[in-house]
Amino acid sequence: MPHYILRRLLFLPPLLLGVSVLTFALIHLAPGDPLSTQFGLNPRGMELETVERLRAQLGLNDPLPVQYFRYLGSLLRGDMGRSLATRTPVSQEIMARFPATLQLAIATQALVLLVAIPLGVLSAVAVSPHSPAPPVPRRRWARLVDALCSAAALLGVSMPSFWFGIMLMLLFAQNLGWLPSTGRGDGTLVGALKALVLPAVTLGAGLMGLVARVTRSQLLEVLSQDHVRTAHAKGLAPRWVLVRHGVRNALIPVVTILGMQAASLLGGAVIVETVFAWPGIGRLAVNAIWRRDYPVIMGTVLVFSVLFVLMNLGVDILYTLIDPRIRYD
Amino acid sequence: MIENQRHPYPPSSLWLDVWRQVRRNRLAVLGLAILGALVLIAVAAPWIAPCDPYEMNLSAALQPPGTPGQPGTPGHVLGTDELGRDNLSRLIYGSRISLQVGLIVVSIAGLIGVTLGTVSGYYGGVIDDGIMRLVDVVLAFPFLVLAIAVVAVVGPSLTHMMIVLGGVSWASYARLVRGVVLGLREEDYVLAARVLGASDWRIIRRHIWPNCLGVVIVQATFGVANGILAASGLSFLGLGAQPPEAEWGAMLSAAKPYLRQRPLMSIAPGVAIMVTVLAINLVGDALRDALDPRLRS
Repeated sequence: MPHYILRRLLFLPPLLLGVSVLTFALIHLAPGDPLSTQFGLNPRGMELETVERLRAQLGLNDPLPVQYFRYLGSLLRGDMGRSLATRTPVSQEIMARFPATLQLAIATQALVLLVAIPLGVLSAVAVSPHSPAPPVPRRRWARLVDALCSAAALLGVSMPSFWFGIMLMLLFAQNLGWLPSTGRGDGTLVGALKALVLPAVTLGAGLMGLVARVTRSQLLEVLSQDHVRTAHAKGLAPRWVLVRHGVRNALIPVVTILGMQAASLLGGAVIVETVFAWPGIGRLAVNAIWRRDYPVIMGTVLVFSVLFVLMNLGVDILYTLIDPRIRYD
Repeated sequence: MIENQRHPYPPSSLWLDVWRQVRRNRLAVLGLAILGALVLIAVAAPWIAPCDPYEMNLSAALQPPGTPGQPGTPGHVLGTDELGRDNLSRLIYGSRISLQVGLIVVSIAGLIGVTLGTVSGYYGGVIDDGIMRLVDVVLAFPFLVLAIAVVAVVGPSLTHMMIVLGGVSWASYARLVRGVVLGLREEDYVLAARVLGASDWRIIRRHIWPNCLGVVIVQATFGVANGILAASGLSFLGLGAQPPEAEWGAMLSAAKPYLRQRPLMSIAPGVAIMVTVLAINLVGDALRDALDPRLRS
């Protein structure tokens, strides 16, 4: 296993190299060179000689490959340049915003794992002819849960997440006043948790519907298999049949979905952070775009790429934990 | 006489068959009806919109819903926006942009994807390997984030956004088409055509593409829905449609500061996006059930 993780991590440098070429190309696609983005396209009051001297100093007259390797060299030293707007190093800006994004990501995953998967299990058990028969009234409301999950999944993929966030804000922050609409809370633990609820629900809504639906259909299939009947026949408690033989096998495709959705989750974070004024990396990126702050834009794209690769690595490791048949070595 | 006998098998074709299946699905019929209405609204926008969606009137800004107009002018059923433009008219004109964006993004993605997928599946070998690795990378990488950066650098506009969105969403078409072509390549009728001396281009055109149509149509339907969603998101961030364009995502972004004062300004464009995308998804689900051979029992 450690070998596998190591091998996967070895893929990181070439990928980053590719991304760095892309970001470097992007900087040069932008109108003007870094000098003009810094001092304006038409630096008034600046002698032509001064401009030329600055260009030479910054190495802007060198051939592009030379410039690229210089850019790569500073990247390797962790230097992503300085923000054009605030003059602070980009790496500092990103580190300052990172905890907020991490918090949001963890809260969203927690919602998916603790709400969507149990909902999916519940609705599968409710309608499966093979599940250990629960008493009738429980079945009835569980069927309702089943219908609600399907509807939520359909709505989840049809709704713009930023609009869903605004609607939640309208209802829970403005009309009911239960939760804060923006920011990260008042510093207390309860305040921080309350501030997390709306952004996390907004970001996770679509994924929750999808995960609940996949869990349900997978579990339904697993419960109809022979090994589940055998487990029942050997007298295993129904609860354990469901958990160890049913849910565990049903979760593999769910983990795949989580991995596949990682990209859209990152993209969604950019939008959700903007809606809720959540001081994370996504918001940093959007603000940088509005200010044409190229070093910060490129830095955030790089960080998003690394995050994405790490998330997929995490998913692959999860596979081996759920299903011991899957080995990578 | 034969004409008087009831034929044991009613006349059928693929599309008749699809239509019969879709018609049985009540949700899909609902989706089709909504979609039809939206297309009608988009086409007839200049005649049904009560006002000019771009006419500003700062003295009548942010009027509440149901405000009667000046004598001789129509009232504002959904009120006016921060520049005094009629919200209902902007909403109606927005359907034009959203449907167009969805179709154009899908056309770009489909053109690239179907071409590369066909070449990959038909010729195989090194070309196939190369194209499929590229597809893997494009599908795996969070390209929406990169798209945001690209649009930011080349300058935000509706056109740039459509090109970039199409440019990052072609990979799933390529993978699907390649899979179908791989199977079709081995069919006897393809062999027969080749024996008769048909060129590659003719075989692809006459024998391969017609059989890919089903999967491509299903994928394209969902592609329109996702394109509209992504475009509204980018416009909300200020990277797509630019003011004064009447685009639903941009309208939501403009309405946000007035959420407390005029909640309807934020509710209406979102409902419009949701209803459009939902209708397309419903139709797509039904088309998939009817067209996708992998789901046929």
